Amino acid sequence: MPILPVVQGFAASIGATVLWLCQATGALSAFAVSGVSHVFRPPWYPAEIGHQLLRIGFFSLPVVGMTALFTGGALALQIFAGGSRFNAESVVPSIVAIAITRELGPVLGGLMVAGRVSSSIAAEIATMRVTEQIDALTTLSTNPMKYLVAPRLLAATLVLPILVFIGDIIGIMGGFLVGITRLDFNAATYIKTSYDFLETGDVTSGMIKAAVFGFIIALMGCYQGYNSGRGAQGVGRATTNAVVTASILILASNYILTEALFPA
Amino acid sequence: MTDTPKIEMRGVRKSFGSNHVLRGVDLTVPAGESLVIIGGSGTGKSVALKCILGLIAPDAGEIRVDGENVAGKRGKAREKLLDKFGMLFQGGALFDSFSVWENVAFRLLHGSRKLPREEARAVAMEKLRRVGLEADTADLFPAELSGGMQKRVGLARAICAEPEIIFFDEPTTGLDPIMADVINDLIREIVVEMGVTAVTITHDMTSVRKIADRVAMIHDGVIQWNGPVAEIDTTGNPYVHQFVNGLAEGPIEAIR
Repeated sequence: MPILPVVQGFAASIGATVLWLCQATGALSAFAVSGVSHVFRPPWYPAEIGHQLLRIGFFSLPVVGMTALFTGGALALQIFAGGSRFNAESVVPSIVAIAITRELGPVLGGLMVAGRVSSSIAAEIATMRVTEQIDALTTLSTNPMKYLVAPRLLAATLVLPILVFIGDIIGIMGGFLVGITRLDFNAATYIKTSYDFLETGDVTSGMIKAAVFGFIIALMGCYQGYNSGRGAQGVGRATTNAVVTASILILASNYILTEALFPA
Repeated sequence: MTDTPKIEMRGVRKSFGSNHVLRGVDLTVPAGESLVIIGGSGTGKSVALKCILGLIAPDAGEIRVDGENVAGKRGKAREKLLDKFGMLFQGGALFDSFSVWENVAFRLLHGSRKLPREEARAVAMEKLRRVGLEADTADLFPAELSGGMQKRVGLARAICAEPEIIFFDEPTTGLDPIMADVINDLIREIVVEMGVTAVTITHDMTSVRKIADRVAMIHDGVIQWNGPVAEIDTTGNPYVHQFVNGLAEGPIEAIR
């Protein structure tokens, strides 16, 4: 078998992938810049923003709350198990609080909201694209970037920190419940230790992360929906891509943000 | 003023990859005329309309509305241009999350021409009555309507803000023959009554005969023929002859 065509084919496929990646990154960046610029320029659609705040924020509360509650509980058990190996069981309250506020609250909350919200935004906008509703918006002198994309970006970026803050409290409460019922902690001591060792920066850093994750969630939902292919298949693919890309970007940006917020 | 055509397309080209949809479309629509563009599926009729509206950017050529070049208009200028247009989409393209009257009054509820809610509703009710819908449909949602009713609501939305130009994208597709006739009559009445410039794309010949003042036939990305509706049966143009009579044999290749 001649070796040259194989090598060429291999190089060509790498090249094609790189080109595709550059093109996709460029398109996404342009979309993001355009979307953000419309957040700051009138006209604004307050009713639409309010609707999205409710939909992205309020209706995600049960999901985020449950996630935080069970994660806090499991965390308390694990830290207790780990801590008992070197007689440091007393670290449970503070480590649970730090882990929840810095990492698990924003990341798991973000991922859960990505599953719930990115997909629904993508499905909604893709359906609007497929049924020409986006074109109809334009012909009605309404810029779809302004009317559809900007309110979602703004709402998600504003509401995710609040959601995560509530999730932090519920998560710490999950740890607390397990701590006092299963691990023989004194309730008052548990709360006092959590409170004493927790720093403001732990909570605010988590909320900064959450704001970025919120932006990513809305951006990927809108972008995939806006550029959806035709028909039911196009809508389905947009939905899946939105969740997958949002999740991966959340995890990747979480690492970068952690490096930036807590340099080693 | 009167001799400036309402819409003018000169040498408009558009390709999607290797698919050359428009290969130099020249078309002039005088004010107050009802033009119907005919042509087979996938011959670029919709693309031509979307180019005029700026939903698709043409690769080459010039499009003028009221003598003004539409290319590259952004922001306020584009909004002002689009205020002249109303469009009835093929599938209605009604907004699922809004009730019927909110759909009709969309322009009056958002943006620069915002009216108080009650006034906007009153205008919407009047337009709904104009297209033959009962007042009790106003608070339904698009998903609760039949195809014919959705077209009527789409029509009401297109005329709600008193446009100067209305585009109809396959207005009778998907309707039964009787409903199609009703919609054709309605379109003709509204066009005459409002004195608007209308461009309709269709492949329904009944529609053509009802709606058109003038007919343009598009094939292979260019306008093959353009003339008064009365001449479509007598023109010697082989494309028009084949299309009007629905023949499988002729210059337009049909894939079996």
